Amino acid sequence: MFRNQYDTDVTTWSPAGRLFQVEYAMEAVKQGSAAIGLRSKTHVVLGCVNKANSELSSHQKKIFEVDDHIGVAIAGLTADGRVLSRYMRNECINYSFTYESPLPVGRLVVQLADKAQVCTQRSWKRPYGVGLLVAGLDESGAHLYYNCPSGNYFEYQAFAIGSRSQAAKTYLERRFENFTDSSRDDLVKDAIMAIRETLQGETLKSSICTIAVVGAGEPFHVLDQGTVQQIIDTFETAAEQEDPATEPDAATGQEAAAEQGTAADHGGSTDEGAAPMDI
Amino acid sequence: MASSGFQADVKALQKHLAARHLIYQHQHNKQMSCPAMAQLLSNTLYYKRFFPYYSFNVLGGLDNEGKGCVFTYDAVGSYEKVGYSSQGSGSTLIMPFLDNQLKSPSPLLLPARDAVTPLAEAEAIDLVKTVFASASERDIYTGDKLEIVVINADGIRREYMDLRKD
Repeated sequence: MFRNQYDTDVTTWSPAGRLFQVEYAMEAVKQGSAAIGLRSKTHVVLGCVNKANSELSSHQKKIFEVDDHIGVAIAGLTADGRVLSRYMRNECINYSFTYESPLPVGRLVVQLADKAQVCTQRSWKRPYGVGLLVAGLDESGAHLYYNCPSGNYFEYQAFAIGSRSQAAKTYLERRFENFTDSSRDDLVKDAIMAIRETLQGETLKSSICTIAVVGAGEPFHVLDQGTVQQIIDTFETAAEQEDPATEPDAATGQEAAAEQGTAADHGGSTDEGAAPMDI
Repeated sequence: MASSGFQADVKALQKHLAARHLIYQHQHNKQMSCPAMAQLLSNTLYYKRFFPYYSFNVLGGLDNEGKGCVFTYDAVGSYEKVGYSSQGSGSTLIMPFLDNQLKSPSPLLLPARDAVTPLAEAEAIDLVKTVFASASERDIYTGDKLEIVVINADGIRREYMDLRKD
């Protein structure tokens, strides 16, 4: 993306019908460290890569509990993510207070999306520079949503955002058809393996990744490091035998298979003509 | 928190505190200690000093060291940490009995004991049951059923006992 005369203000359209500030905000999401999410019929798992600025500092928190039944993983400007999590928590608390029942996930993401849209239409504001993977459970089942800085949101079976997320998306694309009926433990394993794909060679340790689960009868919580390390150990040894098993069963219908998955991905940097928000 | 008075205000107060507790847990990553909740309850009640919650409360729980504490309130938030207390209808019958059993005799004669009542858990539960059974005899509003909430290091559990139904 090149600088041009239409990108100073969020309230300025380009002649091609694009809002460059919003697209730049989506670039910020791509710069953040990876976060992934996947769901089955009864559980949703979120995972993220813990990136610290230096060896001396701690890593930033990227997974937040919003309520017993909802959690969020963020990528991009973590400060914006923190503020939005606080908003989400407040909304959940207010809803439970008024209606004595948990806020349906679909409502929350719409509210979030509307909040993000406001920032794309005010000259004194800027878009939120954070992408949110919202994982939650409600009466209609398990859900995973992705909220963009543009104010769009989509529901996914599995998704990955942030830097090097394409590798994780490829992994998830190959296997997402099996996720609906996966057991909780298999889902967690798949999440960790998807994270491993984004690390691209770095050794996978529990200190590098954070995994959180929400499911039927299981309130949202972050798995502790010991548990995660155990799971990593179980398949690290079997990793070599695992590779032949992941032959692409979606080889034939790959385009169709990716309908929910990664349509958004290639729009930004390579293709100048297409407007990424037109998904 | 045990409350007596106008039930809608009691419910509203409990929901308000539950919401504040959840916010605290999100911000501090831990449960509120009883003394912290005690101050919060007092502030919440005083906030409506000129249109009060018609609710008479007794708060019980564990402090940061794991020791038990009891706080007693009036409707507008004045509170005190005590070893034991009762509020609501029947408290006029119950309080003197608790004083008799639990309060140290004249502090002038003996070294004053601290506020924590020196009872074992089973003894305390038994005392509560006795006290309510007695109050049900003479107070027309006390009766039907008793719910006892026991909070200790292992967690929270509830016990129920039937009282006189008249």
